[in-house]
Amino acid sequence: MRVADLRARVERLGSGVTSYVHRLGFASRFLAYLVLHSGTALRRFRLTIAEIYFAGVLSLVIILVSGLFVGMVLALQGYETLQRFGASESLGVLVALSLVRELGPVVAGLLFASRAGSAITAEIGLMKATEQLSAMEMMAVDPIARVVAPRFWGGVISMPLLAALFSAMGIFGGYLVGVQLIGVDAGAFWSQMQAAVDVRNDIWNGVIKSLVFGVAVTWIAVFEGYDAPPTAEGVSRATTRTVVTSSLAILFLDFILTALMFTGGSHQ
Amino acid sequence: MNRSTIDLWVGVFVVTGIAGLLFLALKVGNLASFSSDAAYQVQAKFANIGGLKERGPVKSAGVVVGRVASIRFDNESYEALVTLNLEAKYQFPRDTTAKILTSGILGEQYVGLEAGGDGVMLKNGDRLRLTQSAVVLENLISQFLFNKAAEGKPEAKAEPKEATK
Repeated sequence: MRVADLRARVERLGSGVTSYVHRLGFASRFLAYLVLHSGTALRRFRLTIAEIYFAGVLSLVIILVSGLFVGMVLALQGYETLQRFGASESLGVLVALSLVRELGPVVAGLLFASRAGSAITAEIGLMKATEQLSAMEMMAVDPIARVVAPRFWGGVISMPLLAALFSAMGIFGGYLVGVQLIGVDAGAFWSQMQAAVDVRNDIWNGVIKSLVFGVAVTWIAVFEGYDAPPTAEGVSRATTRTVVTSSLAILFLDFILTALMFTGGSHQ
Repeated sequence: MNRSTIDLWVGVFVVTGIAGLLFLALKVGNLASFSSDAAYQVQAKFANIGGLKERGPVKSAGVVVGRVASIRFDNESYEALVTLNLEAKYQFPRDTTAKILTSGILGEQYVGLEAGGDGVMLKNGDRLRLTQSAVVLENLISQFLFNKAAEGKPEAKAEPKEATK
């Protein structure tokens, strides 16, 4: 009796792992197919532009406002600590480096996942549930090339721009609080920042990070939508899973990328 | 919403995004300030460079005149060989002294140049003969304690044994 019980448990665990690996394999094949068949999305660029509008332009307000407030909070918190060591002039360095290296790509990625990623999943999932994708296939239109690829590229293009705007807005917020409100010297704020921030090591690595996050988030979003069970419940679950999985993916990838980029020791 | 409005907004979005990147690169990262093409290289040997890093500033009279290009270990003289990129518009005499200094108490280390009196100016590939190494705090403390001990003051005798271990 107990042996059979144990066996059932091991089997359930095994089938769980197998189905997860199976899904991962399908997702990778899906990505490869998507990239190979994105000719339509790039040739008829208008399709991609419409998706940049949905993923990028409509996320602009939340990204800009969040960036502003994150920068303002960073300046307030940083000033409290820095002025204890008499280093309040380094406030610009603190705000700029934390935004450009980490917070810009990561927070913009998390916001992007919940704002645009979930919408992409819901849209594709609903198209599948209402059999629009099957209808396209009946008309010899490849739904991956026509529906999925423009959304993917739209997200991949939007994400680095959103992250850059988030960082720029955050630095502006830090300037507002640090210089205008608290009264840190404006010259020291900018010049120390400019001396410490390196274009290739800091800014360019931040752009690469946000690009990687963009690929990861939109890949997860389009795959979850495409793979969603064609029911109301299935679509809602897929949407939730998109936000959870892509948030975890962002944080995990961020660790890997940071370990690769910022442990060389040759910078600063 | 019709197509041209969407195109307009996407255009605005892309332009502001690129403007954000440019702001980061130019205003925050200060890409434009130091161009490496108008520069000449000089080398200097130091017995100890302390915490000097590549890309660290080279200053003269407090003004940044160049950057540290590379730091190598010279296996023949067992010294550090530091290559400095100096901006071409700043010329220094051949007997210029290079010192490794620290900005503030806990700040980063930089190379300080003190101009000499020679009439001949430094050229690309020259070597600075007069150098002064970084001050290592441990050596300074032990020196101070040995001096104290040498003075033979009774209250100083107990300290150096413990501190210099």
